Amino acid sequence: MQLEQIGITVLWIFLYGYLIVASIDFGAGFYAYYGKVIGIENVIGPVISRYLSPVWEVTNVFLVFFFVGIVGFFPETAYYYGTALLLPGSVALILLAVRGSFYAFANYGAKKSNLYLLAYGSTGLLIPAALSTVFTISEGGFLSVSGNTVTLLMEELFFSTYSWAVVLLAVSSVLFISSAFLTYYADHAEDKRALEWLRYFALWGGIPTIISSLFVFIALRNHNPEHFQNTLKVWWMFGLSFGSYVTSIWLIWRRKNYGTAFVMVMLQFAFAFFGYGISHLPYLLYPYLTLSSSVTNATMGRALIVSFVAGLVLLVPALVLLLRLFLFSAKYVKGETS
Amino acid sequence: MNALNWSRGLTEMTLAFHILFATVGVGIPIFISIAEWIGIRKKDPHYSLMARRWTRGFVITVAVGVVTGTCIGLQLSLLWPEFMRFAGNVISLPLFLETFAFFFEAIFLGIYLYTWNRFSNPYLHWLLTLPIVIGSSASALFITMVNGFMNTPQGFTIENGKLTSLDPLAAMLNPATPSKVAHVLSSAYLTAAFLLGMIAAFSMLRGRNNDYYKKSIRLNMMTGLLLAAATIWIGDASAKFLAENQPEKLAAAEWHFETSSHASLVIGGQLNPVTNEITGAIKIPWALSVLATNHPNGTVVGLNDFPEDQWPPLYVHYLFDAMVGIGFYLLAVPVIFLIMTRMKRRNAYNRWMLWAIFAGGPFSLLAIELGWFYAEVGRQPWILRGYMRVSDAVTTNPHVGITFWLFAALYLLLGIVCLLVLSRLFRNKPAEYELEERRIIL
Repeated sequence: MQLEQIGITVLWIFLYGYLIVASIDFGAGFYAYYGKVIGIENVIGPVISRYLSPVWEVTNVFLVFFFVGIVGFFPETAYYYGTALLLPGSVALILLAVRGSFYAFANYGAKKSNLYLLAYGSTGLLIPAALSTVFTISEGGFLSVSGNTVTLLMEELFFSTYSWAVVLLAVSSVLFISSAFLTYYADHAEDKRALEWLRYFALWGGIPTIISSLFVFIALRNHNPEHFQNTLKVWWMFGLSFGSYVTSIWLIWRRKNYGTAFVMVMLQFAFAFFGYGISHLPYLLYPYLTLSSSVTNATMGRALIVSFVAGLVLLVPALVLLLRLFLFSAKYVKGETS
Repeated sequence: MNALNWSRGLTEMTLAFHILFATVGVGIPIFISIAEWIGIRKKDPHYSLMARRWTRGFVITVAVGVVTGTCIGLQLSLLWPEFMRFAGNVISLPLFLETFAFFFEAIFLGIYLYTWNRFSNPYLHWLLTLPIVIGSSASALFITMVNGFMNTPQGFTIENGKLTSLDPLAAMLNPATPSKVAHVLSSAYLTAAFLLGMIAAFSMLRGRNNDYYKKSIRLNMMTGLLLAAATIWIGDASAKFLAENQPEKLAAAEWHFETSSHASLVIGGQLNPVTNEITGAIKIPWALSVLATNHPNGTVVGLNDFPEDQWPPLYVHYLFDAMVGIGFYLLAVPVIFLIMTRMKRRNAYNRWMLWAIFAGGPFSLLAIELGWFYAEVGRQPWILRGYMRVSDAVTTNPHVGITFWLFAALYLLLGIVCLLVLSRLFRNKPAEYELEERRIIL
């Protein structure tokens, strides 16, 4: 494989990792708040907070890893996206900052308050919406480049069908992924009442993801026909994605193998996300940046890959330890240890 | 104001806010580790409780450090796209490694927080502090390397506007790295010692006098003494580094204009902006030559050797003097405290001493700010010394002004809420109460 292909594969895998863990986190925040509103916070609250407490910081690192990595492997992206995304990027940053710190304030601080919970719940939906605009912009048509100035066409972005279809898909995915995961977690914790509620959210939560992804396809066809044609070449990936979705819903409906059901949800998003990514290539930013035009020099690229491998050797055992202690430890999940 | 000034302002504001939390985040883990270890070793629950209480405050500051660190990480690309485009090619390796170090720390911090009672052997839980200490210090190491690179860039050559012969390791191990990293780490540990001492001193000033507080102060002052001495010694090494590799930065801090030997050290004073004459300053003969070269007849390069458009702003002189002054204060306090504890008839925990220790907390944070402002402003007009000016790196986006105010509101909110949460955390649950609750009676 070429350097740029290794680079984008590594980054895309990490972005996929972020998509999953962040969706669980964002959605859990929303459900925690929603649970409070409909008066069932005592039912689903404990399950959610037991999962979230030890891992929220790790979630954030996935994102940092991605944007540091993309500037390292593809320095040209810093220039284009950096200049254009000043406003949406700053808004997303502020929301992330409010969310992360208020989570810590509420969770480790002395007092829980509704305001903290509202901040945590609402940012859970606003952040994915804000971050998803990066995908929208990457399709081209929302930037004007003249000389050494890159300008984001805010109005075009706001009135674009494609942009709203992507936002809808992002928000619905967050709700579906997290409810599917929390269903599994509640089942693991043998918390029957929480399980019923979360299972109900998961069963209904999947449908909007399918509908909104259809919207995205239709809107993409109008917005960037070249990319749309490319998606047809990897139609089977989207087919597998749909198949995984149907399997997951069937398992949740039959009330069995919630763990497998969540793996199916992960596969649903893996196939769709990688299908989207592959069909997007070779462009990083249509039509200005391609993989080969923006890749870093070979020396730095090799150094990054070597350090990445070394980093994984350190991280994977640590992550396994984290998961074993908190996710797969029946005692912890049930809340029996402090 | 134009995009350049707004971008400058926003970066300064983010860094000034972030550095407080980052310093606490780097410094505190080592004290948590020491306290937990002593607690297990001496079977003294006071120290174990210290580790627990410090951790509780620590996670809150870490959270703010994490989110503001994310802000500065992304703002580098948003505000200085030309710089990051260049840096991506030469210095992205330590940035990348920093995320790994942080990843490592975040994982073990999560485990540490929720496993206090999970291991039958208490040393196993203590072992978890080590990756946290290593991870947080390594983050500081890698990020300071990037900053060192901005001061003394190397590891590449530019031929016809193209980058060639790249060497990422040489870029990381640039001449500024050793002294800068050492200074950042030792001052972060020192600040942590004084912040923790400040909390205990504050409780004693309010009339509590449990042994818990005395043990905390003793531990913090003993480590504080070593760390203050180390920080001053490393600071001295940094001055020698500057004299050799970045003389205009030292000269600006010292208001040293003419290259000369037997140069005198200028403390305080006022500068006439037209004639560059200094009035009202204390001058210590030969001292600058000694500081810069270890020799009274060593030659110190003056600002006049540089074109005036490459001079850093000369107000850095005050930042430098104030930072050094605080450094010596932080050395004096533990020295006096430890002498008093040796003298049997003296009460080392008298009000004056406690106030002096208490003041060390805010002073050490102030010194961190002064030091970073000196480090960054002293590099002006360069973002990459000798290669790229700050004005050439800035974004062309005209909306920086709005984002400045958005972030200002964010930092104000986070700062206020964080202080409220921290004070409530310790006020609602004083150590005595927890000692009783845990049935610790000594």
